[in-house]
Amino acid sequence: MSLKIVVLAKQVPDTRNVGPDAMTPEGTVNRAALPAVFNPEDLNALEQALRLKEQFPGSSISVVTMGLPKSAEVIREALYRGADEGYVITDRCLGGADTLATSYTLSQAIKKIGDYDIILGGRQAIDGDTAQVGPQIAEKLGLTQVTYAEEILKLDPVAKKIVIKRHIDGGVETVEAPLPLVVTVNGSAAPCRPRNAKRVMKYKNATAPAERTPEQNEAMAEMLAKKPYLNITQWGAAEIDADPEQIGKTGSPTNVKAVKNIVFKAKESRTMTSSDADVEGLIVELLESNTIG
Amino acid sequence: MANFYTDNPEIKFQLSHPLMKRIVELKERSFADKDKYDYAPQNFEDAIDSYDRVLELTGDISANVIAQNAEDVDAEGPHCENGRVRYASKTYENLDTTVKAGLNGVTMPRRYGGLNFPCVPYTAINEMIATADAGFENIWSLQDCIETLYEFGDEDQRQRYVPRVCKGETMSMDLTEPDAGSDLQSVMLKATYSEEEGCWLLNGCKRFITNGDSDIHLVLARSEEGTKDGRGLSMFIYDKNQGGVNVRRIENKLGIHGSPTCELVYKNAKAELCGSRKLGLIKYVMALMNGARLGIAAQSVGISQAAYNEGLAYAKDRKQFGKAIINFPAVYDMLALMKAKLDAGRSLLYATARYVDIYKALEDIARERTLTPEERQEMKTFSRLADAFTPLSKGMNSEYCNQNSYDSIQIHGGSGFMLEYACQRLYRDARITSIYEGTTQLQVVAAIRYVTNGFYGQHIADLEKEAVAPEFQALKERVAKMGARYNACVGKVVELKDQEYQDLVARHLYEMAADIIMCHLILADASKDANLFGKSARVYVNFVTAEIEKHASFVENLNPADVADYRQVESTE
Repeated sequence: MSLKIVVLAKQVPDTRNVGPDAMTPEGTVNRAALPAVFNPEDLNALEQALRLKEQFPGSSISVVTMGLPKSAEVIREALYRGADEGYVITDRCLGGADTLATSYTLSQAIKKIGDYDIILGGRQAIDGDTAQVGPQIAEKLGLTQVTYAEEILKLDPVAKKIVIKRHIDGGVETVEAPLPLVVTVNGSAAPCRPRNAKRVMKYKNATAPAERTPEQNEAMAEMLAKKPYLNITQWGAAEIDADPEQIGKTGSPTNVKAVKNIVFKAKESRTMTSSDADVEGLIVELLESNTIG
Repeated sequence: MANFYTDNPEIKFQLSHPLMKRIVELKERSFADKDKYDYAPQNFEDAIDSYDRVLELTGDISANVIAQNAEDVDAEGPHCENGRVRYASKTYENLDTTVKAGLNGVTMPRRYGGLNFPCVPYTAINEMIATADAGFENIWSLQDCIETLYEFGDEDQRQRYVPRVCKGETMSMDLTEPDAGSDLQSVMLKATYSEEEGCWLLNGCKRFITNGDSDIHLVLARSEEGTKDGRGLSMFIYDKNQGGVNVRRIENKLGIHGSPTCELVYKNAKAELCGSRKLGLIKYVMALMNGARLGIAAQSVGISQAAYNEGLAYAKDRKQFGKAIINFPAVYDMLALMKAKLDAGRSLLYATARYVDIYKALEDIARERTLTPEERQEMKTFSRLADAFTPLSKGMNSEYCNQNSYDSIQIHGGSGFMLEYACQRLYRDARITSIYEGTTQLQVVAAIRYVTNGFYGQHIADLEKEAVAPEFQALKERVAKMGARYNACVGKVVELKDQEYQDLVARHLYEMAADIIMCHLILADASKDANLFGKSARVYVNFVTAEIEKHASFVENLNPADVADYRQVESTE
């Protein structure tokens, strides 16, 4: 039995390695100063997909990303690790999307891919940290969702059931769910395998049309005819039948009112001695404020 | 994120050497695979780009997986359980990572599932893995044994074994025995042909076998009953799936803890002959050893790099007398010399790898078709260069990595002596490099004929003719004077025709030849990229100027009559 697996991936600024110029003076993210990377938890999701593929030979993994044309880089990264094909959803009118518009757009793309058994994505992206897109996609597609997943323990393709270990506050929980479904994977899940040398050499020239200049398109025409897998599928709003009202800025009810730069100051620090009276006083104070108890 | 490739542009620099064009052309048979395999390069630029990308991913997993596990692997080490090896738990993670990254069968042809990479990028992968963990590098780099099986096994054996190694099965070379270390002619492990079983049976024991519980072993054994020397030895392939070889114990070593060093017991172990009988030692092991020696040279450069990295980071961080210690001449002197030895040694390593590449590719082509007279000549030239350079590269780099890891601890001061810092592991790991696969003393033995027959002298003369950038011209002239001094020393020794005297001064002549060659190589590198190598070139030539003075005055002042002062006992058996 083979599975059709969809993995959602996002290209994000690498907020884990923040340098002094990571923020603009206005307090927004200085994207130019941060390298664009594969959202870490999406890599955890990809690893779960690759393990399923190993377990069920003949399965296919389609990776979907929405973003600027350069976000095709995450598709290549996924191909290098074992994904079979990728889709870049890119269009000017998709810009400025909040999580609602994003999940609508992605769900339209997933519908077009169709016939899926399982949709995997990271718990959340390190730029927005909302953890909303995965669950919203599940709602839009009318699917069951399992969030904070750590490991897929069992999948029965005949009975169409999956058993998943998920991370909850203070422990783990094992749940059973029907296929198809949406699973968001936690960062505590197994790390993703490395890129594979042969696959890197095979897919290094894979590009989405929007990444190529007209000259490159011409130069690559012959290669693409011979090796169609080097063309990363690119869809705009029209190709996924998106309702213009529900995409991009128009489809985004979220409005950022202001962004404030908060600087923590140590103004509330106090110095006290190690005398019994001081220590006791501190304990009483901490108990009263419910800091300890 | 750290990356041992992109953080050290000195490695990528090696891909830009003019000989790469010839190497790629030969290895790729003028790109005959380009339409047969989806990962084969279309042309030279494409091939170099592929090497670059695979080295980048190697730099990533080396820095972010293998190096991160090194301390745990060193502390836990492997264990022997019921005759089998259980690696340290993180070693399994390292193996899983390198197998999934596809870094196996790197040099093997694509038709067996290999990457078909030349020795140059293979060496680069090797050194980065060694920078991460020299002990794990041993396990990984034993895949190199497949070269010998590929070269001397028959087609059926190739088809059965090479694809397995390309998929990640491990190898070992079972040579050493309790009474046969440097002297492999004394190997006693018995191979008898069993008509009943229709195969060879191995009986006896081996000692100091790196990764001795591997999947596929190359075994040196005595197939000719009644013989006592190397001519009675043959090479066998033992497949672990056959059973019959058990691990009796694992050695407790000073360093490279990740690498299990095993004592093996063979009880009627079924094996098959590799190549022809009686050529085991004199032909196949020599080939195996040359590959292994280049591997140790790469491992040594990797350790040198790690030692330099650790020393540099500590010196920048550690403050004494109100400033970071890297600002003190006594400290930066050490670091400058470490870097110079690292850069010069690396240059020698890759020069050797390039020579190996050309002759091996031609040798392989000769299996498919007759070589043209020009190609035959080319193969002969490069085979000789590889043979002359391998002992220099192995000996010098292994000594340099010992010196660099010593200095790395020195920079750390008292903290370096504590077991908390990586520099102590590097120091312990480095120690074996100048011993195994032939001690430095044996590298001198392998190289000395190229000293006495004038080969190195001629090579140095050829190197002197190569132009350098104007800013390095003065240094070039200094090195030319060293060449003259070396030739005079060699002349004196050859003229004396005194074997024992020659053996006594051999190390000095060997080091002079290697030092001068490395000066020329690093000057050539600096001429191409002064930013990357200029400092190292100047520091290295300064260092070697003094070294040559030391070695030359020893040879000039020592006479055969003085040899007696060095002998510790009079008896010679």
